[in-house]
Formats: sequence, structure tokens, C-alpha cells
Amino acid sequence: MAGIELVAVVSIIIGGLTIMIGSIGPAFAEGRAVAQALEAIAQQPDESGTITRTLFVGLAMIESTAIYCFVVTLIVLFANPFWNYFVEQAGR
Amino acid sequence: MELTPDTIVLFEVGPVALNATIVFTWVVMLLLVLAACLVRRGITSDVEISPGQNLLEIIVDGMRGQIRELAQDTPDQYLTFVGTLFLFIALSNIMTIVPGFQAPTASPSTTLALALCVFASVPIYGISRRGLRGYLLQYVRPTPLMLPFHIIGEISRTIALAIRLFGNIMAGALIVAVLLKIVPIFLPTVMQALGLLTGLVQAYIFAVLAMVYIASATRASEATRQSETEASEAES
Repeated sequence: MAGIELVAVVSIIIGGLTIMIGSIGPAFAEGRAVAQALEAIAQQPDESGTITRTLFVGLAMIESTAIYCFVVTLIVLFANPFWNYFVEQAGR
Repeated sequence: MELTPDTIVLFEVGPVALNATIVFTWVVMLLLVLAACLVRRGITSDVEISPGQNLLEIIVDGMRGQIRELAQDTPDQYLTFVGTLFLFIALSNIMTIVPGFQAPTASPSTTLALALCVFASVPIYGISRRGLRGYLLQYVRPTPLMLPFHIIGEISRTIALAIRLFGNIMAGALIVAVLLKIVPIFLPTVMQALGLLTGLVQAYIFAVLAMVYIASATRASEATRQSETEASEAES
């Protein structure tokens, strides 16, 4: 396989794999976090303001890893420097 | 398909090319200042207040309450910075509903600039509350071995702040753009509405995280100062 084809195939496969695997971990973690927060609110409804705020902050932190994977996938699929290099070469 | 509004050039003023990010940032700034000035003209302390004043009082009061709970301190000193962060990000995320508007927060330049402001504000607030020595001592607590971890942690949480906001808003815009090609009418509208929700949540999270970082720099110094005064009183 020539260079340009190899780059295209690997980019597509890796793009899909990155977002696929990268969203599993945060999904599980966020589910656990929300479950614990709901339990805590059920036990102490007065503190629901603090609990909700802490829950949102925690969810944002967990979501960050999923977003890192998403950004990498977008870069690999749409702003791929290796693909751009080969396209430039082919254009000459 | 552009990933960021940085690449769209709207005007050229002489040698300077103004891209969509900077133009829409100015639009959001203009709207915020105009709204504030218009409400300020008719401001009263009577029982009857204008709807604009009512709305702004609700927003400002809500922000002060949240900051007071997070900082365990008088909220007004933090309100200007954290409140501005929240209002700017919230307005620029909500205005994506306006056709033709490109959220400046969908550009990594804007989010990185905001994250750098937070990164700079933490030592500023810490030193103004505690003094240079008190602020720097935090980095070597509980042991000087933790110094590289504190530094790396500060840098990585700043970058995480920028990428979180950029990723969320850009993803929202990108999903709507992709769905417009596939399922034209109903699904993009639903995703646009979801984008409004996530935009507000991300604005809240950005402001709350900024407040948490600032509070950790000013409050930890309170705790150490208290324990130091207690230790010196116990000795004497």
C-alpha cells in the first residue's frame, strides 16, 4: 500500500477507535457519580444544593477525558497533518 | 467544514484581517455593556422595578450566593471576575440560536485566553489575601516533594479548562452542521436546543471551577494561618 493510502486507512480506523474506547470509561464513571449523588440527596435533602454543585463539578472533570478523545478524533479526521502533507505532494 | 471560527475572515481593516472570532467577541461584549447601561439608567430602590433590573438582580444575587458558598468569604471581591466569566461565556453560548452567529467560545483561542485569565487570577487573589510568602508556602505543603506535582497540576487544570469549554461548544456546532446534511429538519433543531443546555452548563462549570481554584489558593492560606496562630499561642 502506498503512503497516502496507508495514512488514510489508519486515520479512519484510529479515529473511530479513539472515540469508541474513549467514551466508555467516562460514561461508566459518570453513571456511578450520579448514582452516589442521588443516594446522598435521598439521605440528606437539605444539602441538595451543595451536593448538586459538587456533582456538576465532578461530572465536568470526568467529561474532560471524553472530550480529549473527541478532540483527538476530530483532529485525526479533519485536520490531519499527515493527510494534508500527502495531499500537497499529490497536488504538485 | 471549519472546526473553529478563527479561519473565517469577515472584514479586512487595512493590514489587519478580522476573523469571525474577534468580531463576534465584540458583539457579545457590546450586548453585555448595552444591557447593563440600559438597566442602569432606570435603576431604583423602590418596590416597583423594571423587568431588566429584576432580571439582573436575580442573576447577580444568584452568583453572589454561589460564590459565598464556594469561597466561605465575602463574595464581592470575586464577583467581578467570576461573574464576568460566567456572563460572557453564557451569553456567547446562548446566542448560537441567532442565525449567522458563531460562538466565540467555539474557538480554542478564546477559551485558552479565558483559561489563562483564570491561571493568572489564582496567584493574584492568593497573594493579595495572604502575601507572597504565604501564597508560595502552599506549594511546599505538606512536603517540598509535592512541588512539581502542584505546578504540573496547575498547568494541566488550566489546559483542561480551555479544552473542556472548546470541545463542548465546538462539538455542539459541528453536530448541528453534520445533521443538517443528513436529516434536515427536526433533528438539528433538537441538537441545537441541547447545545443551549450544554452551553449554559459549561458556563456554570467554568465559573465554578475558576472560583474553586481561587478559593483553594486563598482558603488554604486561611487554614494554615489559623493553625500557625494557634501553634504560636500554644507555645507562649
